[in-house]
Amino acid sequence: MDLYFIVTQLISGFTMATLLFLIASGLTLIFGVGNIFNFAHGSFYMIGAYFGYQLVSVWKVNFWIALVAAGTGAGLVGAAAEFLFLRRIYGRAQEGGFQILLTYGLILIFDDLVKLIWGTEYKSISKPSGFTGALQLGDIFIPTYNFAIIVIGLVVVVAAWWILAKTRPGRIARASAVDREMLGSLGVNVPLVLTVVFGLATALGGMAGALAAPLRSVTPGAGIEVIIDSLIVVVLGGMSNFWGAWLGAVLLGEVNAFAVAYLPAWSTLFSYLVMVVTLIFRPEGLFAPTRLRKV
Amino acid sequence: MASSSKYKFGLLWSVGFVAFALVPVLMTSRYQMNLASHILIWGLFAVAFNMLWGVTGMLSFGQALYFGIGAYSIGLFVNHAGKAWYLPAIPIGLVAAAMLSFLLGLLVIRVSGVYFTMLTLAFAQLAWQVTFKWYDFTGGDDGIQGIIAPGILANKMVYYYFVLVVVFISVWFLKRLAYSPFGLILRCVQQNPNRVRFIGRSVKMNQLRIYVISSVFAALAGSLMVGVDNSIHTDMLFWTTSGEVILMSVLGGINQFFGPFVGAVILILLEDIIGAKTEFWPIFLGTIVLIFVILFPKGVVGEIQHLRHRLKIAGESGGRHETHASA
Repeated sequence: MDLYFIVTQLISGFTMATLLFLIASGLTLIFGVGNIFNFAHGSFYMIGAYFGYQLVSVWKVNFWIALVAAGTGAGLVGAAAEFLFLRRIYGRAQEGGFQILLTYGLILIFDDLVKLIWGTEYKSISKPSGFTGALQLGDIFIPTYNFAIIVIGLVVVVAAWWILAKTRPGRIARASAVDREMLGSLGVNVPLVLTVVFGLATALGGMAGALAAPLRSVTPGAGIEVIIDSLIVVVLGGMSNFWGAWLGAVLLGEVNAFAVAYLPAWSTLFSYLVMVVTLIFRPEGLFAPTRLRKV
Repeated sequence: MASSSKYKFGLLWSVGFVAFALVPVLMTSRYQMNLASHILIWGLFAVAFNMLWGVTGMLSFGQALYFGIGAYSIGLFVNHAGKAWYLPAIPIGLVAAAMLSFLLGLLVIRVSGVYFTMLTLAFAQLAWQVTFKWYDFTGGDDGIQGIIAPGILANKMVYYYFVLVVVFISVWFLKRLAYSPFGLILRCVQQNPNRVRFIGRSVKMNQLRIYVISSVFAALAGSLMVGVDNSIHTDMLFWTTSGEVILMSVLGGINQFFGPFVGAVILILLEDIIGAKTEFWPIFLGTIVLIFVILFPKGVVGEIQHLRHRLKIAGESGGRHETHASA
């Protein structure tokens, strides 16, 4: 085991962690604010990836513009889905189960629509120009694109945290998690808040999809793998905890990167192993100060 | 009142049995009998699943795991140990499912709500991945083909009646269970877990029990499926299989014992009619889910009962009105 190898794996793990966190933070945001479990969250990742493919590889749009556009597009689809379907079942008995079912229906529809529009074969996006090489630090090479993902991810996440914690719209969003009726009687349009939050969170997922597309190929059905990974992150971090989810993502990303290096065939088992161990010893999440909220 | 509903129920039960028993006599092609076997087996799977969700309120998205264990137990024994192991492999599969569901159950019932749902999903996907990748042992994506049931069961007609009897006995057992004191505790676990604690019963213990029972019947359904299709495939463990039983339950109605069975009948017939015409069956399926979740959350059986109930109230109040007028 040399240093070179370890650092390379660390960076690859950190890249994956950043992508995972972009997705998982959207999932926690929707859950924390709206108390909605969006099972179809991975599908918005997939939609973002396909929008990115369409823009970059077919229409030859600049990668960075396409990245923003793909995120926005996925967010608009998400807001529409919330407006048209999800809000019709709020407050129903056994709501949690029906949320999962409704969003499961969305997964089926989105998966097939993607196949209908783009076909079943794997798609890929090339890395943006200027980001195909590697940074050299002594003996260590860091692929520039991985570096870009990590930076973009950090910026987006810090910005999201800042908006949520420090600004007025963020306070309104957090208030709607605590007491919707009171917020409504103060003159805030609560249904609109939920739609906007849903749109923003799915936009985060969509952007992660477009961002990941040059590293992983774009396939229909990617949504379900992504949702399981981000779920493990959330279980590790504790769902109510923004930064806990970040640590969970880093842990999962690093475990995965080293597992891929040493035991490539069984690498996915390790994510589950981490989750099982966590569940046995700390079912409320590794970094969660409070107990799990019941849905 | 009780005896008349019991009588009505017995009648319904025998009509169902006779209808399914007549399928091989009235069928015009082998395919229809195959379809009827699928309906019976999925019906059992869905009813067993709904003991978890509709009755106890535990939405598992991972019952495909146990369905797959039932099937792969037979497939692996026949493939690696020989044809004589077909029948012994069935109880072995059931015991394996019971043991695994007990161990996993200890883990997954530590969390509730969507966490429970997603954890069951995660474990089932793990099992699917292992089956998929362990090519030398499980046949991977190729599955295992040409598994023929031994002796007289190799005859399709005999096998159909075998399935019919096993499914009816199992569903009857589950029905007894659902309306036993244990079944009442399970309903209580869903509606008011605190009360369960007040009367000195353990919520977790009862959740674990029904998780194991439901999983064993899922495994039984999986093992019955082998003789119908004579092959097994990793798709049996895939998450869409778990999704399918959930859909059947919603379609039929989760608050009625026979709702999921009716849902299985509807879904399989629909899939047969629409799925044959288009490769984009999932879009239809997704749309059906949206329509039912948003507009008819009680399911077909639930909505019909609701309608009958409302007609009855309307009829009664109308009648009362008349007597008033005459007086």
